[in-house]
Amino acid sequence: MNKMQLKFLSRSENEVFARNVVAAFALPLEPTLSELSDVKTAVSEAVTNCIVHAYDGEEDWVIVECELEANKLHITVSDSGKGIEDISRALTPFYTSCPGEERSGMGFTIMQTFMDEFRVTSVLHEGTRVEMTKCFGGTAQADAR
Amino acid sequence: MELTSIRKGRDLFLYLTGEIDGHSVAPVRLQTDALIDDNAGISRAVFNLAGVKFMDSTGIGFLMGRYKKLSRYGIGMAIEAPDRNADKILSMSGIYTLVPKI
Repeated sequence: MNKMQLKFLSRSENEVFARNVVAAFALPLEPTLSELSDVKTAVSEAVTNCIVHAYDGEEDWVIVECELEANKLHITVSDSGKGIEDISRALTPFYTSCPGEERSGMGFTIMQTFMDEFRVTSVLHEGTRVEMTKCFGGTAQADAR
Repeated sequence: MELTSIRKGRDLFLYLTGEIDGHSVAPVRLQTDALIDDNAGISRAVFNLAGVKFMDSTGIGFLMGRYKKLSRYGIGMAIEAPDRNADKILSMSGIYTLVPKI
């Protein structure tokens, strides 16, 4: 079971870095282009949340951890930022805490839709942790293995 | 992420290429808005996404923002040739109820 950990500053240029590293790590599982695209998008959303919301534009550490298990890729994106006060509201499609900044409020909805498993935990003033799993080759196949 | 444009009659075609995310969008947003201001007499702006290799929800915010700006000028908007990933995100956002895909 392969694992990796990536730690980088919450700078927006690291969005592309993080999603490409995770995609490269997942390559041994031979994902389809569409599956890989789903993973990259979900990682981009999670990392963007750390940069924009958790640290409010200040620079601090974002940690991305990945683990391969059979045909599954587990991803954890965590920060030690301000935390989410109301998770169920944050998960509501189109809700954004930054109206007027052209934010769609679709980040969590995209993570939930594009990944097979999704969980977010947060402690105010301590940080947020997003855990996501993608099953390559479809979930039914994953269960059969 | 880059932007090129071609004016065809009363339509302005905007070709977006590269990766659209929270980092790359800012300069293109300024460039697009300047282009719209310079072409305020057009009847429609068509955003061609064929060259977009990656897009996250930033793309929704960007396109919705341009829709609002164009609406203030009374200019129509359309989206052309999104790839599968972009189309999936845009469908989820409901933008196609406001901006037709052609």
